[in-house]
Amino acid sequence: MQALTNRAKAVDRRPMTFMEKLYIPAIAKGMSITMKHLFQRKATVSFPEKKRDFSPVFRGLHVLNRDEEGRERCTACGLCAVACPAEAITMEAAERLPGEENLYREEKYAAKYEINMLRCIFCGFCEEACPKDAVYMSETFAPANYQRKGFIYGKDDLLIPHPKEQGK
Amino acid sequence: MTLLSIDWFFIIEKVLLISAVLVLSLVVAMYSTWGERKVAAWIQDRLGPNRAGPMGLLQPLADGGKLFFKEEIIPTHANRFMFILGPSIAMMVACMTSAVIPWGDNLTIAGRTVSLQVADVNIGILFIFGVVSMGVYGIMIGGWASNNKYSLLASVRAASQIISYELPMGLALIALLMLTGTLSLKEIVEAQRHGLWNVVYQPLGFFIFLICAFAECNRTPFDLPEAENELNGGYHLEYSSMKLGFFLFAEYINMFISSALMATMYFGGYAFPFMDSLGLSPNMLTVLGFLALFIKTLLFIFLFMWVRWTIPRFRYDQLMRLGWKVLIPLALANMLITGAVVLMRQH
Repeated sequence: MQALTNRAKAVDRRPMTFMEKLYIPAIAKGMSITMKHLFQRKATVSFPEKKRDFSPVFRGLHVLNRDEEGRERCTACGLCAVACPAEAITMEAAERLPGEENLYREEKYAAKYEINMLRCIFCGFCEEACPKDAVYMSETFAPANYQRKGFIYGKDDLLIPHPKEQGK
Repeated sequence: MTLLSIDWFFIIEKVLLISAVLVLSLVVAMYSTWGERKVAAWIQDRLGPNRAGPMGLLQPLADGGKLFFKEEIIPTHANRFMFILGPSIAMMVACMTSAVIPWGDNLTIAGRTVSLQVADVNIGILFIFGVVSMGVYGIMIGGWASNNKYSLLASVRAASQIISYELPMGLALIALLMLTGTLSLKEIVEAQRHGLWNVVYQPLGFFIFLICAFAECNRTPFDLPEAENELNGGYHLEYSSMKLGFFLFAEYINMFISSALMATMYFGGYAFPFMDSLGLSPNMLTVLGFLALFIKTLLFIFLFMWVRWTIPRFRYDQLMRLGWKVLIPLALANMLITGAVVLMRQH
């Protein structure tokens, strides 16, 4: 039979020789290996003090983006909800009233925007589907919560801080 | 009146020494648990306990506190007296063996010579064997009193292991006794102080003793008595809180004492190379000697841990085969050869 990989190894079923039956060389070899590990660099990350960097393609918690003037980009088109395979996103659209031009970029905006983090599978399709570059996936985890309703993230959880008002 | 007078200084001195040795073995056992976790972590490329205190040094206190505050359960059908007796025997026996180990040479304090050995009895090794074999009762009673078939089976397994390995251990020691001609541990150390260490004369004997010490302390690869993952929990299956803690703690004390014993009998005890040519005062030498013994002991404890994280556990039949078919014949052969050499030297 042809080997699928070149890593296949035939098992040696010959009876053990006297040297092998002594076990001592094998034990010494094993102990030298463990001794080597004693001095190796540790894989542990001391978590709360040191945070591990995520990979650049990591898909974490969602954020709703704003434009340069701090206006919400989302127009409640619903493409992200359609793209979502887990059906985690729901939204309600509303029309911008006069005088709200500094709040919303387009005439239509999302009055309610919710992502159910218990359903979300962090596939990133919403991010890809968004024509307005409004929804992004950040590099953080959803924090733990005691109740299921705590995992339904509304707009106040998702919107990133206002770029101009942030300093205040 | 003078006939009945008691040497109060002698009694105070011994009481102090006994307390010191007891505290030392308890502290070492406590920190062995910390050391075990640290060594395990380092070998597995982890950091180990480092949250409680600097370097995790308060970890044993936290563990101890936890054990004390855990709920204590005595099974309804267990024999209450026996159930408590088991861990008590294990702990008591573990603490008793330290009495005959010479922790150092004599100290001279205000004209009095104080020996750093609780009891220099001329049957030192026999005493240790007698006391160590009592340890089986702790395990047997612990397993039997739980009134649980699994604990009983485990304790039978443990007892047979300990008894099996006591034989080659004794045989290995007989070869040593043929060389030194004494059972007193102090004299064995003194002989090594002026000559070579016994391990040079008795490498095979030491090796057999080492293996048996591993088995007697229930350390990996001989930790069948508490193989919780593939056998059952072991003889302490039904135990909780500090009674379980006593069993585990006794094991660490045993490890410390057997390490000290190996250092004493085969690695010169408190003697270290060139100690008599340094020109130091006797008291200074005694302190240094104690440190030398302590370092040797710690190295042995490290060896125990190092082996634990290297070698997998034996199967029960392999364990018995090694004990009866390999170690006992080897120990007998070692005894025979030693005897022949001793005889040849005399003629």
